Amino acid sequence: MPEKKPSARGQHRLDVRKTYKLYIGGAFPRSESGRSYPVTGADGDLLGYAAQASRKDARDAVTAGRAALRGWSGATAYNRGQVLYRVAEMMEGRSAQFADVSVQGGDRDGLVAAAIDRWVWYAGWPDKVAQVAGAANPVAGPYFNFSVPEPTGVVAVVAPAESGLLGLVSVVAPVIATGNTAVVIASEERPLAAITLSEVLATSDLPGGVVNVLTGRTAELAPVLAGHMDVNAIDLTGVPPAGRPDLERLAAENVKRVFAADEDWTAAPGTRRLLAFLETKTVWHPIGI
Amino acid sequence: MQGELAAQAEWDYAPAPESRDIVSIAPEYGLFIDGEFVPAADGRQFATVNPATEEPLAQVADAGEADVDRAVAAARAAYERVWGPMPGAERAKYLYRIARLLQERSREFAVLESLDNGKPIKESRDVDIPLAAAHFFYHAGWADKLEHAGFGPSPRPLGVSGQVIPWNFPLLMAAWKLAPALAAGNTCVLKPAETTPLTALLLAEVCQQAGLPPGVLNVTTGAGSTGAALVSHPGVDKIAFTGSTEVGKEIQRAVAGTGKRLTLELGGKAANIVFDDAPVEGAVEGIVNGIFFNQGHVCCAGSRLLVQESVADSVLGRLRDRLGTLRLGDPLDKNTDIGAINSRQQLDKIRELSDAGEAEGAERWSPPCQLPDRGYWFPPTLFTGVSQSHRIAQEEIFGPVLSVLTFRTPDEAVAKANNTPYGLSAGVWTEKGSRILWMAQRLRAGVVWANTYNRFDPTSPFGGYRESGFGREGGRHGLAAYLNA
Repeated sequence: MPEKKPSARGQHRLDVRKTYKLYIGGAFPRSESGRSYPVTGADGDLLGYAAQASRKDARDAVTAGRAALRGWSGATAYNRGQVLYRVAEMMEGRSAQFADVSVQGGDRDGLVAAAIDRWVWYAGWPDKVAQVAGAANPVAGPYFNFSVPEPTGVVAVVAPAESGLLGLVSVVAPVIATGNTAVVIASEERPLAAITLSEVLATSDLPGGVVNVLTGRTAELAPVLAGHMDVNAIDLTGVPPAGRPDLERLAAENVKRVFAADEDWTAAPGTRRLLAFLETKTVWHPIGI
Repeated sequence: MQGELAAQAEWDYAPAPESRDIVSIAPEYGLFIDGEFVPAADGRQFATVNPATEEPLAQVADAGEADVDRAVAAARAAYERVWGPMPGAERAKYLYRIARLLQERSREFAVLESLDNGKPIKESRDVDIPLAAAHFFYHAGWADKLEHAGFGPSPRPLGVSGQVIPWNFPLLMAAWKLAPALAAGNTCVLKPAETTPLTALLLAEVCQQAGLPPGVLNVTTGAGSTGAALVSHPGVDKIAFTGSTEVGKEIQRAVAGTGKRLTLELGGKAANIVFDDAPVEGAVEGIVNGIFFNQGHVCCAGSRLLVQESVADSVLGRLRDRLGTLRLGDPLDKNTDIGAINSRQQLDKIRELSDAGEAEGAERWSPPCQLPDRGYWFPPTLFTGVSQSHRIAQEEIFGPVLSVLTFRTPDEAVAKANNTPYGLSAGVWTEKGSRILWMAQRLRAGVVWANTYNRFDPTSPFGGYRESGFGREGGRHGLAAYLNA
């Protein structure tokens, strides 16, 4: 585990270690199963024990995501943008902590700034996505016809295994920017960045339940969410390609939207992740005296 | 008992003044050029006054041609060396900082705006300043997303933008102009109105605090000659103007043949159209908001009420009752509905046109209303018996004066509404959705409000048809004014 650091007075002071927990509905519970698993650094050192979420925890997270959906999707786009920008401000304040956990987790140094900028990028989208993805449609008749994007609902996200922070931000931010709520399975090997991000989210203005973070065994949790009837979409980016077909079949049970894209996280993101979890609603209205 | 009733009749609001101590006004203000406040080259100054008291607030530098030249040169250098090449994501973060500082210093800005402009504090506090911050916030988010805005894969900024803004929404108009220009990668020279320069100068201070690189924003205060020098400066690539149609035409002539890009947001004479099925209470509030918001100093004000004949009497009756409750007075009082007219010059114009209304045969009415002894004031005023040829039905008054006309059919409403050289906005009040859209199709106006009025949002394109100007501000469409796309 991390070495004790010398105190300002040069004497060694015993660190207060953190208990790593889940983030569900704005609270930080342990797994109801009581299980945890060891998290090790790049050099094999033990960093701590993370909660090993169970099927029940996953279901609780979906319940929390569903409960938060009405308020979050109903907030004005401007308000969502403000809240997301506030998250970036809080991330900046914790950049040293992010750097620590990222390096411990084997991420390249310097990706923290990229992750914060990525979050800022998505913070600008809530009040713009309808202007890019919506349309007024010139139908051949006396009707005003327009299409607007609406959030799909509760989105399960399997965060990329290899990129603890930048990859995590890159998959979570677009989901909630458009008004969805998220249930995130953190990188199994590198969950500490997700736990730190949870702490940031909890101290931002983001309503509890908009993002829920599960740590544990991806192989155990992903099928639970893929088959869950109250999950509307799933992002399988963090599942190796060979593991995806089984989950896609489970997802078909309630016609989940399934998305998976392997990316270079340092490259500029396009809009596909934003647009992946949107429904298009078209409204017809007659025109006449 | 009788005594009690009399006491009730005289019952009034206690004064609820916002403290002006929150803002410290310097005795003198310089121009903001290349990141620093500097006096005008020839040392000239002009006074800006509080229109509610006629007291001078500060002396402000009066920029001449040499100052404009320096400002344009600073903007050019900043464009070429810093702002133009900067990644959009970095520009975005500057704009986010400015938005946040505006939010943090909002109370200060609100008080200063009401002092310099005369508008009620509840309007500067609840409308002008929050919307100005929102404009920076919204456009900050575009700075790193321009390739997604629908103008091709790599839209380019235009260069140096000269921006001339009016006195009716001083900070908000500055935000409407600056935020999209800066987001797109342009640098700016801003010329605020001579009667309301102070919040633009405070905004310049905010930009300093945000660390905005010198020269990206320059503020050259002054009167019409300063604006003319900016418009005709050969180093400016783009002119954006909000103001009167008369000056707009002069600018269009001045820019002709130069290849400069131009957007104009000019005057209006909007029709606010009330059908017989409209909920009366809401419509009356909308009429009041349409013309008495900001003392009627609004280019999109609903200055012509078109009311369907069958409900004209009842709507006008309620409207008169409602006008009787409007509170005119100290702009810093939180209960004030109608503040001061911004300048002596504007007051004279409102009086002249109102007198013309009477002379041409329209019937003038105002509620009993005591005007303060000092300052520039005009009571809320209603003209009935107005015909389409009257000057008060044709010319923009830009004051708290409503001209009432009637109509019988939707076709007649459309014909009357469009019977103006302007085309900025219109209002439609009816329960029937299909009729709203039918009207919206036929109204020659850039903004149509249905069962609401005077709504503004950074995401919503705003601008006029015909002699109300061209180009849009706000939304995705507004970016086009600042991109080579």
